[in-house]
Amino acid sequence: MERREYNITAETGIHARPATLLVQTASKFNSDITLEYKGKSVNLKSIMGVMSLGVGKGADVVITAEGADEEEAIAGIDQTIKNEGMAN
Amino acid sequence: MTQHVSGIAASDGIAQAKAYMLVEPDLTVEKTTVSDTDNEKQRLTKAIDEAKEQLGKIRSIAAESLGEEEAQVFDAHVMVLSDPDLIDQANAVINDEKTNAEYAFKQVTDTFISMFEAMEDNAYMQERAADIRDVRKRVLARLLNVTLPSPATIDKEVIIVAEDLTPSDTAQLNKQYVKAFVTNIGGRTSHSAIMARSLEIPAIVGTKNITELVSEGDQLIVDGLEGDVYINPSEEEQDRYQNKADEFDTLRKEWDRLKDEPSLTKDGKHVELAANIGTPKDLEGVKNNGGEAVGLYRTEFLYMDSTELPSEDEQYESYKQVLEGMDNKPVVVRTMDIGGDKELPYLELPKEMNPFLGYRAIRVSLDQDSIFRTQLRALLRASVHGTLRIMFPMIATLQEFRDAKAILDEERANLENDGVDISDSIQVGIMIEIPAAAVLADQFAKEVDFFSIGTNDLIQYTMAADRMNEQVSYLYQPYNPSILRLVKNVIDAAHKEGKWAGMCGEMAGDQTAVPILLGLGLDEFSMSATSILKTRSLLKTLDSVEMAELAEKAVTDCSTSEEVVELVESYLNK
Repeated sequence: MERREYNITAETGIHARPATLLVQTASKFNSDITLEYKGKSVNLKSIMGVMSLGVGKGADVVITAEGADEEEAIAGIDQTIKNEGMAN
Repeated sequence: MTQHVSGIAASDGIAQAKAYMLVEPDLTVEKTTVSDTDNEKQRLTKAIDEAKEQLGKIRSIAAESLGEEEAQVFDAHVMVLSDPDLIDQANAVINDEKTNAEYAFKQVTDTFISMFEAMEDNAYMQERAADIRDVRKRVLARLLNVTLPSPATIDKEVIIVAEDLTPSDTAQLNKQYVKAFVTNIGGRTSHSAIMARSLEIPAIVGTKNITELVSEGDQLIVDGLEGDVYINPSEEEQDRYQNKADEFDTLRKEWDRLKDEPSLTKDGKHVELAANIGTPKDLEGVKNNGGEAVGLYRTEFLYMDSTELPSEDEQYESYKQVLEGMDNKPVVVRTMDIGGDKELPYLELPKEMNPFLGYRAIRVSLDQDSIFRTQLRALLRASVHGTLRIMFPMIATLQEFRDAKAILDEERANLENDGVDISDSIQVGIMIEIPAAAVLADQFAKEVDFFSIGTNDLIQYTMAADRMNEQVSYLYQPYNPSILRLVKNVIDAAHKEGKWAGMCGEMAGDQTAVPILLGLGLDEFSMSATSILKTRSLLKTLDSVEMAELAEKAVTDCSTSEEVVELVESYLNK
């Protein structure tokens, strides 16, 4: 299992475009990928799940991937997060 | 047999085509118990897949006919339908409760919708809730085996028949094929009416029950001059209306010839015929119709078409584009008029019992002045690109005007300190829409550079009649002598101080009102761009001295709206 922690610095948090892009990226991989915030965990391939967390600026989140392509998955997501300026 | 329906004539012209029913089918879902849950799961998967496929088609047609930006909403819809949680949860409901697919899908989407709608502070979430509602309709229609209207795919000439048209409905219409609108509800100032006038197609609103009388594919005649709709007309009637349409075309061509002419009365008096616009895109219509100025640039679309407050630079670009596009002709920009019927999802305004009498327009601007200052800075910076006039909306007291003006002066000083170039001939005026300001116009006239009378609100406030409420729509009486007296008071007050007075409500382009307004000495008439040439043509037939006499009679002798209309008719038919 791969695991990364982020502190969200983007003004809008994980909403709108960033959320869409994260879901699109996650959906490319076969691994089970989750996003955890405030003790709640959702499927990162589910746009509605992701948005229901209401992740705002300053939030501490954890992303985990489990499966055959878990390393690539975490790397891909990490890139999206950084490219979009969601976290450092 | 031909059926005749009448409504409110909201946009000129005559059209004949088949009806396109933009009406929601019944998507009521019944809960049933099933034994074969696998079959229900398969039905759901199939319905979702078909809906996705259909969305893909609509998206590509929409991208072509409406543009990439409008088409992107369908991407969001596909994403919702591809959500694994949504499908898993619906399947779980089918399994656990042994219910039909329709019920399970509705149940699960309901949960998501109410969850997103509960996140009140976030406009984006509200939009997602709307997306879910939208895609749900598509899936349920598949499951229930009913057809949904899909206006984005219209590919032949049609007349749209609907309960009402919302901005999102019209955004999805392929306007090339839409020949007219007919709706159950609405008035001359409703979205569908304004849209029809900007598309230059006829529209009839407020027919009450046209959706019940017409079926998909019925042949219709829409006479936007008289407010008549004919359902399945005879051949003679079709011919007769074809002739009438041709005559109207000829008339329109005559008007077109007036495009580059000045707006002069029969006796050579010049008045300014200006256009009301909402976005820089509307400038094309202003030019095509020979507008001599922009008399009202409604800046709230900048705020409404966005998911967050527009930045100073974004605003600057829009203002610059309009000022440059008008080539030094005057542009009256109204500062933001938010609140009332125009809510901003990202700006938390309290829900009010009486929004039109509440926290809106200048009242918001003076209270949350950082938003106001951003707009004023953008305007001041843009001022060097043309002839800018700044107008404050909803001014009730002189103090409000002084406060707004003081903020403007402060921002000007700040920018000048930073070395920014600003025009030194910016006129600053107010919109007269509150009776208090109309009554006290003589005092205001000493301090403002101009007045522009906003009749839609002035009438509703004077008559104490909500213009959105159909039951009191009879009180929307632009020709009522009480309104005319207020208008006269404002114009006289302006002239006494050497200032100008304009009008930017519906009334300014109203063919019955124009003779009186001319007679009262109105300097500028600002209207839908498509009404300009018709009004210019009318002005050519009017003698300003004679109209002054008519106006005098209307304000002193007439006691009702009907008497005023009769008086105008008697003068015009002389």
